[in-house]
Amino acid sequence: MTGLDNSMLTLVTFIPLAGALLLLLFPRRDRDIRLFALVVSLLDFILSLHLPVHFQRAQTGFQFEVNNLWISNPNIHYHMGVDGVSMWLVVLTTFLTPLCVLISWKSVHERVKEFFILLLVLQAALIGVFVALDLFLFYFFWEATLIPMALLIGIYGHERRVYAAVKFFLYTMVASMFMLAAILWLYAKTGTFDFVSIQAAIRNGQVESFVGAAPWLFLGFFIAFAVKVPIFPFHTWLPDAHVEAPTAGSVLLAGVLLKMGTYGMLRFNLGLFPDQSRSNAWWIMVLALIGIVYGALVAMVQPNMKKLIAYSSISHLGFVVLGIFSFTQLGLDGATYVMLAHGVSTGALFMLAGILYERRHTYEIADFGGLATPMPVYATFFLFIVLASVGLPLLNGFIGEFLVLSGAFRDRAVYGIVGATGVIWSACYLLWMYQRVFFGKVTHQVNLSLPDLSGRERAAIWPTAVVALVMGVAPLLWLNAIDPAVQTVLAPFAQLASKMVAR
Amino acid sequence: MNSANDITQVIPQAADYVRILPEIVLAIFGMIVMVLDPLVDERRSQKTLGTIALVGSLAALVATLFQAQYPGLGFWNMVRVDSFSVFFHFLVAAVTAVVILTSYEYMQVQEIRAGEYYALVLLGALGMSLMSSAVELVLIFIALEISSISTYILAGFRQRAAISSESSVKYFLLGSFATAFFLYGVALMFGATGSTSIAVIGDVLRSGHIPVLAYVGVALMFVGLGFKVAAAPFHVWTPDVYEGAPAPVVGFMSTAPKAAVFAVLLRIMFEADAPGRVWLIWVVAALSMTLGNIGALVQDNVKRLLAYSSIAHAGYLLVAFAALPKNGIPAAMFYTASYAAMNVGAFAVISHIGGKGERYVTLEDYEGLGRRSPLLAATLTIFLLSLIGIPITGGFFAKFYVFSAALQANLVGLVIIGVLNSAVASYYYLRLIVVMYMREAREEVPVSPIPFGLGAALAISLVATIYLGVLPGRVLEYAARSVGELVR
Repeated sequence: MTGLDNSMLTLVTFIPLAGALLLLLFPRRDRDIRLFALVVSLLDFILSLHLPVHFQRAQTGFQFEVNNLWISNPNIHYHMGVDGVSMWLVVLTTFLTPLCVLISWKSVHERVKEFFILLLVLQAALIGVFVALDLFLFYFFWEATLIPMALLIGIYGHERRVYAAVKFFLYTMVASMFMLAAILWLYAKTGTFDFVSIQAAIRNGQVESFVGAAPWLFLGFFIAFAVKVPIFPFHTWLPDAHVEAPTAGSVLLAGVLLKMGTYGMLRFNLGLFPDQSRSNAWWIMVLALIGIVYGALVAMVQPNMKKLIAYSSISHLGFVVLGIFSFTQLGLDGATYVMLAHGVSTGALFMLAGILYERRHTYEIADFGGLATPMPVYATFFLFIVLASVGLPLLNGFIGEFLVLSGAFRDRAVYGIVGATGVIWSACYLLWMYQRVFFGKVTHQVNLSLPDLSGRERAAIWPTAVVALVMGVAPLLWLNAIDPAVQTVLAPFAQLASKMVAR
Repeated sequence: MNSANDITQVIPQAADYVRILPEIVLAIFGMIVMVLDPLVDERRSQKTLGTIALVGSLAALVATLFQAQYPGLGFWNMVRVDSFSVFFHFLVAAVTAVVILTSYEYMQVQEIRAGEYYALVLLGALGMSLMSSAVELVLIFIALEISSISTYILAGFRQRAAISSESSVKYFLLGSFATAFFLYGVALMFGATGSTSIAVIGDVLRSGHIPVLAYVGVALMFVGLGFKVAAAPFHVWTPDVYEGAPAPVVGFMSTAPKAAVFAVLLRIMFEADAPGRVWLIWVVAALSMTLGNIGALVQDNVKRLLAYSSIAHAGYLLVAFAALPKNGIPAAMFYTASYAAMNVGAFAVISHIGGKGERYVTLEDYEGLGRRSPLLAATLTIFLLSLIGIPITGGFFAKFYVFSAALQANLVGLVIIGVLNSAVASYYYLRLIVVMYMREAREEVPVSPIPFGLGAALAISLVATIYLGVLPGRVLEYAARSVGELVR
């Protein structure tokens, strides 16, 4: 462990924040502001690559840890660390942010400074969520993502932006209150916020009156995460937020923000409450399946391209939840992989939709048609990403969904069967949308003269396409770090199962 | 020999005066302001008198720090200087200084004559300071009256606005009624225990049988004090009074006297070990949180909105009173401090935006403030986020300590009510933020540049709010010292 290793997570988390503070002092020259934001986010991405390069893959437990006392009463530590799952989510965040800067280059032309400040603050908070190992710190970053995201939607969004922003804020805020109550309870009984210590205390049965409270604590955490994912009955904020959000907001919302929910389930619901996770798994999996099928069916009938992608997110995130609550190695590996793959390909889809919106100021599928003729390069990229999202073998979507489904099959065949239809549905709605937008004759004269991708836009899309391909061909690059982390999470479940067998 | 002893007992010693040094300082400066008022030129009186008053409040701050080195009883066991009283003295003096800084500009814009205003602020602060160090119910009553009477008058200072006089009269009538309740409670307590000294009352009540009269006495005192902190169901006056009173005064009276009354409540509830407190507090806290937040949901006037919010915050604070003394006392003290910081700041912004005659106080007038005055909007946003209880602001830790204290006392029901209430509350604070940033101004509301005094006031409250949110440890540790002083 070198000094750099120790301070790496702090650097990666707070460089965007420092960048945002510097931006505050910048004069209002939009070009410089954009360039500076790009430089900061690229720097952060390059620094974050230190993590996968120096990550000890064979080792379980958290790495790059820092643990300093922050406040003595309450006993709050500045405790950060990553395992294979959270490390890749951090890299996903730093990977998407520069692309968000690029894609917002022209589309944001008012209050440019505030926009990039909010974007960088959001990035810092998102990274913080994934690296925090102190429950208090986690809650702090968790809430901190809310404000910049709500402001991004509310200020830079489309017509019904205020409604969408308030809905987003209230939904997630109210839900996270339950998590806060659960965290406070744990603190009151254990005297610490430290994730590792609380986990150990629970496993050793040192927490007073835990048995009675555990179902409620599990639910407290679960509701906060379920709204964020979103799982089926809590999903209504998502389409509104996506449709109204500016492109960069949508990219980070779908790409990273939703994963906060699934990551939370994996880390906290499974990590702290294995028994309750086991006993509640059946209805959560049913909700996940409903989400997969319902999200896909609703996506199919959407006339609005962005709404379609939003509902497809509900469907894909259903796979993640399904994988997590299958409690199998394959399922959890797959769930993590879907998180990453969905981040890349849905991020790219939102960017592509945004590019079209910049040219035509509409997301209605009916306003397009035959776009392959005026915009061949755009159409090619779009097809590539659609195929990745559909789950074509050799592209990133396939690996994760395959793993999740095989995990679900092991758990119970019917889950796998119903889940598998989701893959078919997604092919239906995405390819059908592709056909309506790109094939056939150009039906609207305006569309004939649409310019193809500019150099900047290509620079934003190319990385996602490359990563989608590499993730599809060489999944082990990712999985060899994810695997040990997942094994650690699953360890208590194996004991649980053997206990049941022994009985 | 014997007679000499008697004389030393009736003549106050130097040490006695040290025990009330901040009060003496405030009284002197208050009187200087009053005497000078007719002597200075009317146009310049604002600046001169304001500066004198500011110096007075800062001098009280210094006196408090000096006094802190000589803890102990004084004036025949009627006042006690301990870390508890020093905490509240400091808070009151700091709030007074910030309010005076805010008032500079406000008085000029509203064309209000300055003299009595600053004098009343200082004399009010005197009463509030005394409340936190008085350990004898009759002295507490006198201090309460000093503080109340000056706030009654201050509430009516916008003489040109009928609504302000209405607010003053309403506050005065209901307030006197409530004070009478308090006095009645004191009398009954004296009847029940034979003493008005809080320490003695505590000893009597702890020693065994508790007479019914004591329960009644506590209930009546609580009615009186509950009115002063605007706790439901004694809260009905709040919105009207806050709406009519001058904005800086609202900032003052929603924080400093409240802090002082909470200090009195802490002494009565914990030091005198008031019987039956947990359920009394439980009901009042739950009611205040719920009624305050529900009331605030439908308000369009920012001052009324914050009035309801202050009712709700009184409720959160009372939750700490139902907890065990070990966690409850520091939690309550921390809450008063952080609430003072954020609320004084919020009202400083409101008094600036209000403009002449406080015309711009509705939500509509705040539309597009994020664009017209980014600095003010950002500052107000931070105060509002603190009122919601978002991390890294003082408001978060305030709620946090209160709720975890309650959880440690196994008051799960009350905590759930509180947590749900904070979720509801986020809606109306958020509305204001949304209006400032996400709507365009319908009509041009002028925003004048921020003058120095107001800037300083905002900076102080902002730094305090953030400091309490990032490094709450030191303040809490200091507050925790008073646990040993109050509970023996």
